[in-house]
Amino acid sequence: MEITAAQALVQCLEKEQVELVFGYPGGTILPVYDALHDSAIKHVLVRHEQGAVHAADGYARATGRVGVVVATSGPGATNLVTGIANAYMDSIPLVIITGQVSTGMVGTDAFQEVDTTGITIPITKHNYLIKDAAQLPRMIKNAFYIASTGRPGPVLIDLPKDMAETKIKFYYPETVHLRGYKPTFRGHPNQISEAAKLIAQSERPVIYAGGGITSSRSSAELLALAETINAPVTNTLQGLSSFPGDHPLFLGMLGLHGTRAANLAVTNCDLLIALGARFDDRVTGKISEFAPQAGVIHVDVDPAEIGKNVPVHVPIVGDVKQVLQELLPRLEKRTDPSWLEQVCTWKQEYPLRYEVEGALKPQYVVEKLDEITGGQAVVATDVGQHQMWVAQYYRFRRAGGFISSGGLGAMGFGLPAAMGAQIGLSGEQVILVVGDGGFQMTMQELGTIVEQQLPVKIIIFNNSVLGMVRQLQKVYYEGRYTAIDLKFNPDFAILAQAYGIKGYTMRSKEEVDTLLSQALAEPGPVLINCLVSAEERVSPMVLAGKSISDAIDC
Amino acid sequence: MLHTLAVLVENSPGVLARVAGLFSRRGYNIDSLAVGRTEDPEVSRMTIVVDGDDRVLEQVTKQLHKLVDVIKISDITADEYVDRELVLIKVNADHSQRVEVIQICDVFRARIVDLGRKTLTLECTGNHGKINALEETLRPYGIKELVRTGKIAMVRGTKNNTGYQDIGTKEEN
Ligand SMILES: Cc1ncc(C[n+]2csc(CCOP(=O)(O)OP(=O)(O)O)c2C)c(N)n1
Ligand SMILES: [Mg+2]
Repeated sequence: MEITAAQALVQCLEKEQVELVFGYPGGTILPVYDALHDSAIKHVLVRHEQGAVHAADGYARATGRVGVVVATSGPGATNLVTGIANAYMDSIPLVIITGQVSTGMVGTDAFQEVDTTGITIPITKHNYLIKDAAQLPRMIKNAFYIASTGRPGPVLIDLPKDMAETKIKFYYPETVHLRGYKPTFRGHPNQISEAAKLIAQSERPVIYAGGGITSSRSSAELLALAETINAPVTNTLQGLSSFPGDHPLFLGMLGLHGTRAANLAVTNCDLLIALGARFDDRVTGKISEFAPQAGVIHVDVDPAEIGKNVPVHVPIVGDVKQVLQELLPRLEKRTDPSWLEQVCTWKQEYPLRYEVEGALKPQYVVEKLDEITGGQAVVATDVGQHQMWVAQYYRFRRAGGFISSGGLGAMGFGLPAAMGAQIGLSGEQVILVVGDGGFQMTMQELGTIVEQQLPVKIIIFNNSVLGMVRQLQKVYYEGRYTAIDLKFNPDFAILAQAYGIKGYTMRSKEEVDTLLSQALAEPGPVLINCLVSAEERVSPMVLAGKSISDAIDC
Repeated sequence: MLHTLAVLVENSPGVLARVAGLFSRRGYNIDSLAVGRTEDPEVSRMTIVVDGDDRVLEQVTKQLHKLVDVIKISDITADEYVDRELVLIKVNADHSQRVEVIQICDVFRARIVDLGRKTLTLECTGNHGKINALEETLRPYGIKELVRTGKIAMVRGTKNNTGYQDIGTKEEN
């Protein structure tokens, strides 16, 4: 029996065991929506397409599954761009299906036509424009395979309306044949032996673990590695929550707003074990002074990351989990305490610090949140100062519990991402910490949260400014504050109530314990508007062009 | 330093945009790029001449590998290879100059493919250097129009050094 390509698409999604898609309809994607009508696949109607991609992104991060997005051509597709770029930068597996004008109209500047595949080439792992309806199932198969294997990433399929309506014989391929795409999973055994040798010889090793640990779900292997060789562990922003935040070997985050202990340990180590991390400029600071005495072992599934920014002594291309599983049996238990003692001294000498007395402090709220949840919550953030305070003060103890926009640093990510995570993790505590600026970039998704009955707990650090930009202007522009004032913010608690969400305002330190405990125990969504000072700064901070060992107090 | 890359790609729409976009986006310098079908109609071959040191070249190669449509990349710079470029030149050649231009043609083994009242159109193949030399020699006569294909190249000998059939593709580390 023949069915339309749109119906075939929905059947393909079912074969891929997609349980839900995030989307927003429009003219050219109507055939797909019509096919969804008869499907068991749930459709989550967002309020803006950007919300759909970020939600699918949050869902993918939380569950490890591929997030699926559906949108229409033209403005629907362009509204996706930020979200796709975000997923691309942080290597999150997504399959995005966009409508397109009918093939006869492609290239004529037709109504709601944009060159979606052209626009998204630099921000997708791969994309397809469907020109032969019969090929659609194979393209879907390829898309899921490409998105979820190797270094994960978003894959887009642009589906012209006439193609979607074309009848085809349905057949879903079992296997994928892509002669140009063969990711390496197993690390080279000689290289792994080489790494084991280097580790045995080293006296001052540090493990630098990034988002690759989370995406390959290898927190257990990371813990085993650290405990076997007794090496301190530092995380990148994306790597946070891949290592227990309360573990004695944990140094906290490194880099621009990293802990002094982490940055000093990296600067003084004689061996840097980089796992699923990419030596981003926010991590390395002045690159010539990054880990200057260290031999470098770099494990990454993407060969292009190895040797891109720093020279590497032992490159290992492969899935971090598999590589660690093969490396672990070749390692001897190490006990020499002197390096760890040195690292401990740094931890004690330079703890993260803020002025606890007086007004309501965002850092204090995060510490309380950590205490009340036991570090077990899934915490999403937006981008800004509040993001850094969560990264610094929440001691993640649930693997994969941190969801944040790292590579792109896209304000507006937080709320929809938390929403997607909560959909994927029903029954788990999902908390969003968001700035008053970024919240207003995607706050329309409160509507979706209510509609989907998602118990997300939203904590706004409302400093009435674009805090991170203000901090930069303070540090680099002598406090000439320009375009950072948000004093015309609405009352966010009332705004929440307008959506039927419980909204509270937190004004003082004394309220923190009760309000947080009460909110977290609520069965439904809650928003807490925390009124905090605009003067608070993220500290320490490595100034532009400086070595990470050379941070200032802010 | 100039490197010559032989790149096999899926003959799919957009592949040229992907490769060209990658070069411009990452700031790599393409000296020339020629593309056309191979013995397999589903596979095209690009000959890309790229300028950069070893580090740049390593990144170029790795980034190209990440494109799903790229099947195989061979840096043939250090190999023994044959390379050719084709040029078409429309050059001024009125009565007084015609004989000289035709003599130059003979020296370079170029062929005359069209005659105008005051011009000759020549076709010439050869390596980069030869084509440059021809261009320089004809310049004083006044070149009215010139088009070059960019270089294509093939490794010498019987073995298919750049084919995807006899060598593994992307599995190398
Ligand atoms: C879409 C987008 N636009 C601009 C920026 C630049 N930017 C980074 S942090 C920031 C301020 C964020 O303010 P807010 O959301 O209130 O968070 P805070 O820093 O005050 O915690 C800005 C404007 C960005 N990261 N993303
Ligand atoms: Mg703010």
